[in-house]
Amino acid sequence: MRWSATGTRRSATTPDGVPTTDRGASPVLICRHQGVRLAVLATLDSGSRAAARGWSDLAIRNAFILPTIAFLIVFNIFPLIYSLGFSFTEYRVSLQKPAEFIGLQNYADLLSDPAIWRSFTTTAQYVIVSVGGQMIVGFGLALLLNRPFKFKGLVTTLLMLPMMLSPAVVGLFWKLLYDPSWGPINYALGIGKFEWLSNRVNALFAVAITDIWMWSPFVMLLSLAGLSAIPKSLYEAAAIDRASWWYTFRRITLPLVSPLLLIALIFRTMEAFKAFDLPFIMSTASVETIAIKLYQMAFQGWDTGRASALAYIVLIVVLCITNIYVKYLNRAKER
Amino acid sequence: MRTVHKGILAGIGLMLASSTSVLAQELTIFWAEWDPANYLQELVNDYTAETGVTVTVQTTPWSDFQTKTFAELNAQGDAYDMVVGDSQWLGAASEGGHYVDLTKFITDNGVDKSFVPATLQYYSLYGDKYWSVPLEGDANGWAYRKDWFEDPTEMANFKAKYGYDLGVPKNYKELTDIAEFFTRPDENKYGVALYTQTSYDAMAMGVEQTIFTWGGDLGDYANKKVTGILNSPENIEALEAYRKLYTFTPPNWNQAFFVENNQAFTEGLVAMAMNYFAFFPALANEATNPHAKSTGYFANPPGPTGAQHAALGGQGISIISYSKNQEEAYKFLQWFIRDDVQQKWADLGGYTCSAAVLNSEGFLKATPYNQAFADSMKIVKDFWAVPVFADMLFQMNDRLHPYITTGEGTAKDALDALVGDWNKTLGNDS
Repeated sequence: MRWSATGTRRSATTPDGVPTTDRGASPVLICRHQGVRLAVLATLDSGSRAAARGWSDLAIRNAFILPTIAFLIVFNIFPLIYSLGFSFTEYRVSLQKPAEFIGLQNYADLLSDPAIWRSFTTTAQYVIVSVGGQMIVGFGLALLLNRPFKFKGLVTTLLMLPMMLSPAVVGLFWKLLYDPSWGPINYALGIGKFEWLSNRVNALFAVAITDIWMWSPFVMLLSLAGLSAIPKSLYEAAAIDRASWWYTFRRITLPLVSPLLLIALIFRTMEAFKAFDLPFIMSTASVETIAIKLYQMAFQGWDTGRASALAYIVLIVVLCITNIYVKYLNRAKER
Repeated sequence: MRTVHKGILAGIGLMLASSTSVLAQELTIFWAEWDPANYLQELVNDYTAETGVTVTVQTTPWSDFQTKTFAELNAQGDAYDMVVGDSQWLGAASEGGHYVDLTKFITDNGVDKSFVPATLQYYSLYGDKYWSVPLEGDANGWAYRKDWFEDPTEMANFKAKYGYDLGVPKNYKELTDIAEFFTRPDENKYGVALYTQTSYDAMAMGVEQTIFTWGGDLGDYANKKVTGILNSPENIEALEAYRKLYTFTPPNWNQAFFVENNQAFTEGLVAMAMNYFAFFPALANEATNPHAKSTGYFANPPGPTGAQHAALGGQGISIISYSKNQEEAYKFLQWFIRDDVQQKWADLGGYTCSAAVLNSEGFLKATPYNQAFADSMKIVKDFWAVPVFADMLFQMNDRLHPYITTGEGTAKDALDALVGDWNKTLGNDS
């Protein structure tokens, strides 16, 4: 273990790494363990206002951390545990009757319900099309942008605009674009009154295309960060060895950028699996993702117990998928 | 110091007293965002002028009307004093204790005698109690292209093909024949626009109307039985008839509701379109329908056994249990059921359920569709109003939509499967 300390005004370390500070200094203690920064802690600057009020380091730390922890407990942890309890009960919030414990019945019913499996299938198809498209388009854009050219900053900023918009606005906007009677997409493609959003298959692709348009910039951004971190010397060495573009891409670019690509993949898969806003606004009935099914169960049917169980099933599925990705991510980092 | 405290307390007391009296002078009605809600706001301005009580009609889009209403009711909130709610909500809202029991009000004020019985039965009655006053009557009817129906060439061709005169369909066989006759994809013409959307109750309304018309039922509502009723031979035939009609709809007509049906009509795509009467003003208006002058309307025709029914639309107005202005709300309802107010309501464009106004000559001739509306209101039937109605709607959509729109499986299989779902949802053993 190696210790080091830095200070805003004065700081010092003993040869064995233990920090020594003069009064009045405000050193930041950084503990390094296996190359990872673990903790940042400092003694109080005696001239600071907090010190003048007699606040200890611990009090200040708590003042910053406790509200966040309280917020997390009230709005995340408590509902999470509360809904887990509901998932084992027959309970409808609209009827104001006490919940009745039924064990795993809700889970058994849901897992044997063909409508739920249909929603899961729709969600899986949506995730594959949408995230696949985002990875291809986003990484492709990053490759194009990873070179110096005029107005590069402006072009990058403009490309990032879609992901800064509200999904509701994007959904409504694309719904207009897809309109069979006067939508510009049908006009541009010359496909007459093609119904993008009324047919289940067409609607799935239409919503996925919108999601690709909106979130490819996110993949592009992460990929660009990965690409710009690749040492130029590797490409120079490959050029000296007269390696082809494809060989350089396969052996240098892709392996070195893959950890960041996998992070993008994790984030986008998690988001796409929970897709609600775009399908809900653009075509609720045609693209009935599992999140929409959950919404219908919880807030239209008010079947609170069953909806809680479904929410937990979705959570477990998302956790499993994420874990698989994380495993690959760790492998990629080890390489 | 003591004087200061007394002064503060007196101030707070005065503030609370005055705020309570201000609250009592305001009433909030919650409804969906559509034209009748605007008409209602116009109507209640008269109440404000008469009594000094401000009545506000708050609205939200149809898509989240049910969610928003029940979110407020479940939280026992008092944001709204009254809600103009769907008939299917009666079970959940009454059993959940969200609505005030209006039985005494209805009988004491003679609403049970002055309003059309079918509207009271479906908008107000749940169990043996009344929970609302019928406010906006509505039913599912039909619009048709009079110019196509009256074209001499079309009439001659139709007679040659089917052996009888082309005209307003007198039964479902004629309706189906006409739909088939006008289905000409090469001319971009289709026979009919149906409800097929599955996000809530759209498709269910179209299907139930056909089932009722075939003499069938969605179950025994009083005893919560469905086996042998929902999958009866009549219902199987009715579902097959709806599937057949679907083959005469425009392409990809598998997620259509009132917007799409009116749009198909205004774009000159279909000969006939089913829709709620509340959406027909748009078809009668030349600004929104280029074929307004040649648009006719008719009530849902009888089925093969002569049974004739229409799916119920519309809503009743209920007092929220958590309202702090219940007394004022009662006074408002007393004003609303007055004959002159009901007449004004109809004049503004609202669909009154008052029998006297509905049957008056003036009302029947006020619009080209009022006669068909009055006919339809006498034959309305409705979906289940039990607390689990939404689950039943979604199950119906899941089971019947694939058969209707793609012909997947058979009508019997689809209804048998739905019987299984509904029995489970209703807590029946079989």
